[in-house]
Amino acid sequence: MESLEEIKARVEASVTGAAVEIVPNDAPCQQRSLRVGREKAREVAEFLRDDPRLRLDYASNATGVDWPDTVTKQKVKVKKQINGVEQEVEETLEERKPGCLEAVYHLYSMALKQGPVILRVRTADRMQGVHLPSLTPVWRGAEFQEREIYDLYGIVFDGHPDLRRLLMWEGYRHHPMRKDFVEPDDYEYEPTPHDEVLEKAKAHYPADGGTQGGTA
Amino acid sequence: MSVHSPTVPADTRARLSPRAHDDSGLGNEFLEVSMGPQHPSTHGVFRMDVVLDGERIVKLKPVFGYLHRNHEKIAEATTYLGSMPYTDRLDYFCSITNNWAYALAVEKLAGLNVPERAEYIRIITAELTRLLNHTCLLGFLAQDMGALGTPLMYAFREREKILDLFEALTGARMMCNYMRFGGCRVDLPPGWIEQAARVVDGYPRFLEEFERLLTGNEILMARTQGVGILPAALAVNASITGPMLRASGVDYDLRKTDPYGIYGRFPFRVPLGAQGDVYDRLMIRLLEMGESIKILKQAIQELPGGPIVDPKAKLRAFKPKAGEAYGRIEAPKGELGFYLISDGSANPYRYRVRPPSLINLTILEDMCLGHTIADVVVILGSVDIVLGEVDR
Repeated sequence: MESLEEIKARVEASVTGAAVEIVPNDAPCQQRSLRVGREKAREVAEFLRDDPRLRLDYASNATGVDWPDTVTKQKVKVKKQINGVEQEVEETLEERKPGCLEAVYHLYSMALKQGPVILRVRTADRMQGVHLPSLTPVWRGAEFQEREIYDLYGIVFDGHPDLRRLLMWEGYRHHPMRKDFVEPDDYEYEPTPHDEVLEKAKAHYPADGGTQGGTA
Repeated sequence: MSVHSPTVPADTRARLSPRAHDDSGLGNEFLEVSMGPQHPSTHGVFRMDVVLDGERIVKLKPVFGYLHRNHEKIAEATTYLGSMPYTDRLDYFCSITNNWAYALAVEKLAGLNVPERAEYIRIITAELTRLLNHTCLLGFLAQDMGALGTPLMYAFREREKILDLFEALTGARMMCNYMRFGGCRVDLPPGWIEQAARVVDGYPRFLEEFERLLTGNEILMARTQGVGILPAALAVNASITGPMLRASGVDYDLRKTDPYGIYGRFPFRVPLGAQGDVYDRLMIRLLEMGESIKILKQAIQELPGGPIVDPKAKLRAFKPKAGEAYGRIEAPKGELGFYLISDGSANPYRYRVRPPSLINLTILEDMCLGHTIADVVVILGSVDIVLGEVDR
């Protein structure tokens, strides 16, 4: 299969404004990926599927990744005038990088038996701008997987034919696979029928807790 | 079971029997049936929302999540090795192939090599797993069709022999937890390979008997031929993998097209179906078992000595460098993939299972539309799902 650089060049040539970049991968397997802008993601996907040299007709895996906001602290020495004297003072600078959610697609070709080409699309942020174009109209194999990403990560796929939660129940409000998800601590807050029985049974216990002994 | 008239889209109406088109003003009554989650034919806790016109399926929506425990989140909170026993619980029929897929992804991530002997043991155990999975599936499928008991018990009798082998090797019959990154956990106990050879040698006789019992059966043919047809183009587009895909005539077996381990050394054929119906899916599995036996015989004969784990592989303080890897194998149910992102710590930053059982259900509705509810049971049986993997 042609190299990722060639694919990138051909994608850029045929889809204007695709905003493609190559994401390096330091692992020994060196599976690098293509990150494309979300505006043209659908067009890029269609190109990858229909291009006669690539024919990536099979979306093996579609998944989400959460990249939370990162805060990097840096200690910087700054010269300041303190009481008229110039002194070197250490200050910590906080740099906040906004996070995002990412959808990753592993594409292969069943027709030409080649692959993978890894496609990544990022959302604008993690709060409001969580919309991405759905690739289910291109590869139907992404249908349940995009539903799962929506369910567990909260990425909203525009153009998905049936975007509902897949694993969690309807009406559930959280997205458990996000890194900042906090497990609820209110499991089983409802008294079970067994608790009621125990409560009633208390009426039959001796008032002193049975310390006086003796079986009546 | 609730009876009301759900709204049916106009294009689905066109498929219905003449009764649906009547303008008599009497109205069309549809029946919505909730099949599952405790229905025996759903092979676990799986539910289908089925809308019926008489006995014909008008709409079918699968409902998942009854067995969901967020396997991926648990794995992200534990070490790489700590997830290995959890992978057993995905497709609990085929724990060895789950182990292998995960080990393969980690080996790609960390750049580990697998010694020769371990590669052979992996192939032997994985192909035994394929045998037992396909055998059980055929038994269950016959059970779904109403052949109560007998075929399933024959299948379980054979499965038992393989499970005994697994027990002798790993200490567990189903939750084997056998693979390690860069090899296997324990070496074969004395006498194991001879016993495995006996089981493999006896298998063709069982297969032949099973095939004679089932495939020529008139009722079975009537129930399966032309039922639940899956066209090849749809199968590819919907990411269907495994025997389902090959029954539709698409030549795609990862052992051939993207060989992992040492599958490149084994000559075997990839059986393909022509119609893509339930009968083809059943036959493909029978034929694949024959090919597995060929692989097994060769592997048992060639099994070399030597170490079973890469000496570079660390059990403790295993921290692969930052990066990512996607590893996939041809599991008995389809393509099982693991996608891992490492941030250099002891836990994976992202751990994803690509579940063949879930994705193979994408086209369940397409296969079932227009068939009867009894056919749904057979079609679902031929997909071959395990809910531990579907819901994860």
